[in-house]
Amino acid sequence: MSSKSKSNAWKTFKQNKTLVIMSLPAIVFFFIFSYIPMPGIYIAFTDYRYDLGIFKSPFVGFENFRFLIESGDLLRLVRNTVLYNIAFILVGNIFQIFLALLLNEINNRTYRKITQSFMLLPHFISYVLVGLFVYNVMNYDYGLLNILLKKMGLNPIPTYSNPDIWPYVLIAVNLWKNAGYGSIIYFATLTSVDPEIIESAMIDGASHVQKIRYILLPLLRPTFVILLLFSLGGILRGDFGLFYNVVGATNALLYEKTDIIETFVFRSLVNDFNFSMASAVSFFQSVFGFFLVVFTNWLVKKIEPDYALF
Amino acid sequence: MERIEKSASYKMSASDINLKILAYAVVGIFTLICLIPFVVMTSSSFNLESDIIKNGYCLFPRKFSLLAYKVIFSAPDRLIGSYILTICNTLLGTTIGLFLISMTGYVLQRPDYAYRNAISFYIYFTTLFSGGLVPYYLLITRGLHLKDNYLVLLIPGLMNPWLIILMKNFMKSIPHEITESAKIDGAGDFTIFIKLILPLAKPALATVGLFLALGYWNEWFNGMLFLSTTMKYKPLQLYLYEIITKADMLRNTPASKYIPPQNLPTETAKLATAVIATGPIVLAYPFVQRYFIKGITIGAVKG
Repeated sequence: MSSKSKSNAWKTFKQNKTLVIMSLPAIVFFFIFSYIPMPGIYIAFTDYRYDLGIFKSPFVGFENFRFLIESGDLLRLVRNTVLYNIAFILVGNIFQIFLALLLNEINNRTYRKITQSFMLLPHFISYVLVGLFVYNVMNYDYGLLNILLKKMGLNPIPTYSNPDIWPYVLIAVNLWKNAGYGSIIYFATLTSVDPEIIESAMIDGASHVQKIRYILLPLLRPTFVILLLFSLGGILRGDFGLFYNVVGATNALLYEKTDIIETFVFRSLVNDFNFSMASAVSFFQSVFGFFLVVFTNWLVKKIEPDYALF
Repeated sequence: MERIEKSASYKMSASDINLKILAYAVVGIFTLICLIPFVVMTSSSFNLESDIIKNGYCLFPRKFSLLAYKVIFSAPDRLIGSYILTICNTLLGTTIGLFLISMTGYVLQRPDYAYRNAISFYIYFTTLFSGGLVPYYLLITRGLHLKDNYLVLLIPGLMNPWLIILMKNFMKSIPHEITESAKIDGAGDFTIFIKLILPLAKPALATVGLFLALGYWNEWFNGMLFLSTTMKYKPLQLYLYEIITKADMLRNTPASKYIPPQNLPTETAKLATAVIATGPIVLAYPFVQRYFIKGITIGAVKG
């Protein structure tokens, strides 16, 4: 580097000094909480021993991954995480668009405001409380579901030992918690439509259903595509709070259908103290997740360049 | 929007009317579904335990009873301590976090800041790649020695990339000329931020502050990972979690001495604790939700 460009760099720094100081807290914060842990991903390739620390623990190469693949754990975790996410994304977005379109048809402002507010309420509460709600419905002895079945003269369902019903429960809970939140985004897009377009269509005799079909739905398409693509980027990331609180922490009977990457990592760390296994799954998730986001961003750039993240 | 609907309403066909009815009905039903769990939780917590066991949870109290609340408040020090802990944590975290996030957001959108893109990417990159839970656990326990320290509930939640991006987008809507003219008058960057920008950014502060406060109020994950089960006071949601999952917690309350164990209101006590832990959110909700709607809209549309 020539001395001239060096002095230029120094000059730029001096000009921005206060701004640099003002951004320092964020730089330090993310350095400590995000960047320092990053090299720790190396634990995935070791037989981690707490007494030896990360870099003195014996290196085992891909041994942890081999174990995860041969035991079928990795396949199950990835399958569950991805399938749940696909279901959440599809069911969630379709219902949110449906809700937004219906909200848009409601002329009574007070009714719309009140319903919209209450729909958001589930988004405000912790998953611990959601877990309690689900328990109130699913409890074998006196949950809502089995009480209803008994009143109808049917046999109660063994809820917490039957994995097959949980995918439906989890999809319903996810829908319940996020539908109001998501519909706001779509509704905002709808209200940004130029009123004259709709007005002229209505004067030309279009019905409300036609208005939805030919004007509003196409208008929502870009938002839908963008949200869909970005959720695709996060398809390997599960919602730990949802699964942990709704299904229960260590109900091994349900693992086949309810164990996702996050719950496995948490269990390996907290219950089994198997740091290596937890790290190996995290490594897989981080690396593939990274490529997925980069890939989806590339796709977004091709479709709607304005919305690309980087 | 109102305008269009009125001008168009003069020729509503049968299918249009059906669509309106569908809209009002579906939206109404879904709203009820969102609300009912809260109603059931509250009503059932005021109901007699034995009646719940026999007939299930209820929408309105069938047999009114305050026993669950009496049992909870027979030994209230853990509950009250957890409450105070959560309130302090929420107030502190929201104030400090809001200050840090707004300062970062403001700086990162300054067009004259030479490193804004580099630092934006530095922050954004943390959403793309992470070391995972294990290195984070080791950092907190072995690196920072925050195990069993209440700071672990506060510090990790102070900033996150999404809120910084949201704040940055908000700040962009404040004209840069304000900063420029203040600089010409000789004001420093930090003074400009505190005296001029912060007052103008009130709506943004309300929205981001709400997200932060909600995060702190609902915090349970760091508490569960890093606070030993033997610690007396917990974040409120974690306290609720322990009440829900550990049925024997009630057996140690003073009230259990004069209530036979089979009559202890375990189920209704869980609900009563949930009512108390959620109450403030539900009560504050009507006043704050409009900022929430605003935040989601801006954050989502601008990305």
